[in-house]
Amino acid sequence: MPDLAIIIPSVLNGITTGALYALVALGLTLIYGVLHIINFAHGALLMLGLYAVYYLKARFGIDPYVALLIVPPAMFALGYALQRGIIGRASHGRDENILLVTLGLAIVIENLSLFFFRSDTRIIDTPYSFETVDILGAFLPLPKVVAFAGAIVTAALLWLVMARTDLGRAIRAVAKEKKGAALVGIDTDHVYAMSYGLGIACLGVAACLLLPSYYVNPQVGHGFVLIAFTIVVLGGMGSFVGALIGGFVIGVIEAMGGLFLGESLGQIGIFAIFILVLIFRPTGLLGHRV
Amino acid sequence: MKTKTTDRLVRPQSGIARRDFLAGAAALGVASAGFPAVLRAQSDTVKIGLIHPVTGFISFSGSQCRTGAQMAIDDINAAGGIKSMGGAMLEAVLGDSQGKPEIGAQEVSKMVEAGVAGFVAGYSSAISLATSQEAAKSNTPHVVDVGVSDQITSRGLANTFRFSPGYGKVAEVAVSNLDTINKAAGSPAKSAMIVHEESLFGTGTANLLSEKLPAIGIEVLDVIKHANPTRDFTNIALQIKSKQPDLIVPANYYNEYVLLARTLQQQKVEAKGIYSVLGGAASSYQFVNEYPQAAEQIMDCNHWFDPKSDVAMERKKAAEAKGVIYTYEVFLAYNAVAFLADAIERAGSTDKDAVIAALAGSTWDKHGMPYGPTKMENGQNMGAQPVNTQVQNGAIEVIFPKEFASAEAVFPMG
Amino acid sequence: MRSLLFLFAVFVAIGAAPVLIASEFWLDVVIMTLYAALLGQAWNILGGYGGQFSFGHAAYFGTGAYTVAVLQVQFGVNPWIGLVAGGLTAGAVAAFIGFSTFRYGLRGSYFALVTLAFAEVLRILSNSVDFTGAGVGILIPLERSLANLQFASKISYFWLIWTMTLAAFLVVWWIGNSRFGARLMAVRDNEEAARALGVDAFRVKMGAIVLSGVFSGLAGVFYAQYLLYLDPSIAYGPAVSIESLLVPIIGGMGTLFGPLLGAAAIHAVSEFTSEVTGDAPGISLAVYGALLVVMVTFMPRGLAGLVSRLGARRGARALAVERRHA
Repeated sequence: MPDLAIIIPSVLNGITTGALYALVALGLTLIYGVLHIINFAHGALLMLGLYAVYYLKARFGIDPYVALLIVPPAMFALGYALQRGIIGRASHGRDENILLVTLGLAIVIENLSLFFFRSDTRIIDTPYSFETVDILGAFLPLPKVVAFAGAIVTAALLWLVMARTDLGRAIRAVAKEKKGAALVGIDTDHVYAMSYGLGIACLGVAACLLLPSYYVNPQVGHGFVLIAFTIVVLGGMGSFVGALIGGFVIGVIEAMGGLFLGESLGQIGIFAIFILVLIFRPTGLLGHRV
Repeated sequence: MKTKTTDRLVRPQSGIARRDFLAGAAALGVASAGFPAVLRAQSDTVKIGLIHPVTGFISFSGSQCRTGAQMAIDDINAAGGIKSMGGAMLEAVLGDSQGKPEIGAQEVSKMVEAGVAGFVAGYSSAISLATSQEAAKSNTPHVVDVGVSDQITSRGLANTFRFSPGYGKVAEVAVSNLDTINKAAGSPAKSAMIVHEESLFGTGTANLLSEKLPAIGIEVLDVIKHANPTRDFTNIALQIKSKQPDLIVPANYYNEYVLLARTLQQQKVEAKGIYSVLGGAASSYQFVNEYPQAAEQIMDCNHWFDPKSDVAMERKKAAEAKGVIYTYEVFLAYNAVAFLADAIERAGSTDKDAVIAALAGSTWDKHGMPYGPTKMENGQNMGAQPVNTQVQNGAIEVIFPKEFASAEAVFPMG
Repeated sequence: MRSLLFLFAVFVAIGAAPVLIASEFWLDVVIMTLYAALLGQAWNILGGYGGQFSFGHAAYFGTGAYTVAVLQVQFGVNPWIGLVAGGLTAGAVAAFIGFSTFRYGLRGSYFALVTLAFAEVLRILSNSVDFTGAGVGILIPLERSLANLQFASKISYFWLIWTMTLAAFLVVWWIGNSRFGARLMAVRDNEEAARALGVDAFRVKMGAIVLSGVFSGLAGVFYAQYLLYLDPSIAYGPAVSIESLLVPIIGGMGTLFGPLLGAAAIHAVSEFTSEVTGDAPGISLAVYGALLVVMVTFMPRGLAGLVSRLGARRGARALAVERRHA
């Protein structure tokens, strides 16, 4: 039984950790929730983003938060090219093939990274890496507080794009009725690629906000993919607010699971909640089917 | 080389001559016509199979092992190869287990047919178990470089040797050295918390430690097992902070150790000592370079070289000149190869029984490790032991046992 | 019936491997190919014929593997009994997972993700309880004898996996030619329509998941007896789940020979890439991944799809007519 005094700091910390998860999940809820692409390459692309942030800092001294101006656009371009050039073409629109193509891409990206960047675990040293913010007696690492704010802003921006722009309307149209959208003159290939690009750009944001409190190596993405899928389903497919809240919920469940069941067994809490939600409320906590 | 061709071509195996499938027909053809020039040409080299997980989750450690093993081969060749075999050169045959036991085992059977004289393999215990039992089928000598599970050497495979200590020995030494350090300081440490990773080495080590620590008057307040990867260590830091142990005892992989150390600092957790077993800051140049402040005065009980040995220091210098981070994987794999090569040298051939006998009777001592002359019992080097290191003023110093120490222990931390 | 004869012919041909191949390594490649075909065929029952994509077949594989290992090590039960028990416990786990998901109508990616979560739950549990050895894992003592289901010779292991795989293929042949199979495929193609025709979709899917689980469990038993060591990530980690689905997708889902073609292709590709790409870490796997993408691009219906397309092109117009009538 844990000391009650540490529950509040643990919950607060769980929320900030959850914000990092939400950042990874935001891109996924767009790709999986809207386009129904199960993107096995999500973790590998996050890893690529983290390396971009790492090298910008290590080679050019660019702070990860300044890299927010560089990495997400670059990731957008990469995502667009991948969907347009490879995933869309190779998968012939079949679910199982999309799965295989993204799996193949993940293997390629991971192993090329291993070859070029080597397998060393790398960290960056920023002036604020060890800084903490004192809230309600909890020492919250500054980078995670920034990530918390970043997750909210990113979710809001995505919501704006989807609700208020022509692109957003096109994405929603394609998601709902692909053939109909094509009939009214929407270039569906372009829209798919734009959506995938946007989703991957979110990973770029996640990478910039994650690296100051984490590390990067070629396998780092694996630790985030499953949890991101959990959050997407929990929050309701395609819902950005859902992904945000789902992230916080998962962060807190993980923290509480760790305290009450132990750090290893406690991971079970995430999956138990996931299974229960899927079985009893498959549209997610906030969701409506897109 | 007669023995090897014997192995490859006419050793009965279920009544069928063993042969390489690809070269099969051709090789058999020439074999019946007398031993061919092609095979004789091979006798100038002795093949050593190096199987490591150079891709996948443990690829960093696997690559480090491969680097160390290759350095040993280069050094031995530069010094004239296997002299008792007319200066035969060692040739590395590289294999990637991808972190999977079944692939490691498959690499073994492939290399046995390629005619390797022996294996240096494993890194992880799970893979070492698989590679050594596969190599045992053809009685090929197998030296485990790192795998710390005691089951590797305790199950009676005649071909399997481990030059470095298993976790049973490591835990025993860790506890007895800690006892000495603690008593010398007037027994300030009365309680400890163990934080360990959830797989074999962390769990095995933690089980042994929590059994043995009470016997030296250190109460184990809690044992925290965590997943790989654990993305956030705040919870663990908070629990440590609330229980206020005198000692924090981590046993985990590098990634998790980095996050743990950073979080302990952020959460302002203070203890009289951080004493890692098998892993940790005080045996990682990378960590000390990247986090000099966080690393200061941390103690480890881990695989380490003898800092008073010229051999060890020369190797370290040579490795660092190549830009290699000198981790324990590098020098353990180096020594595993050198130990095997020494046995081949003394056997004067690659005859498997002769090499195994030479390994079993080895008294090799040019390893630069704090082990003394080699003494094998059931495949385990009995002299192998970990030592205690501590980060002092940004340098990694050996503090225990005394005969290898380069500095005095600073305990409690302060 | 012709397909059954062909199936036997194929397996008899494979059965010649130990006679033709004297290389232990290449025999091991054949063994691991059959093992992959078994994993893939198990997945194919549910995924290919039933249309239910599972990302968590490690749940059944690991349960079969742990059953035979734990029974031997903790309770001294003979592994031949463990072999049967492993298939049964895996089937039971499959029944549990099937019951709790199909009853609530989970399909598509929801079903896929929930199976993944179940496998993770089992991984975490096996890491936390004592009788599996938790994180230390479980080592089956080395005692090679027929009675002990451990062999010194790879040839014996070959016959073990050959038999298991043949059994799986016979069951799938039966599925392709039985009313159960017809119902299962009807559910796959259009569940609502199948229901309207009076098919009990839940029961049919339960049948498929249990059969699928049993054969995955047998693959787990084979793994345990072949390599003799298990830990939670070997048994329940995602690698097995991925291999299970990769094999039939590459080979051709919902076809009898797809998993065999897929397993052979995957092993051929990975041997080929590791042979030609040298020792630089990562390059071989990167080429392997790229080849996967290329294969999907040019064979969207898997190797079996390619084979039947080529077959059709060879002027078997009758076949096309037959298909139209089917």
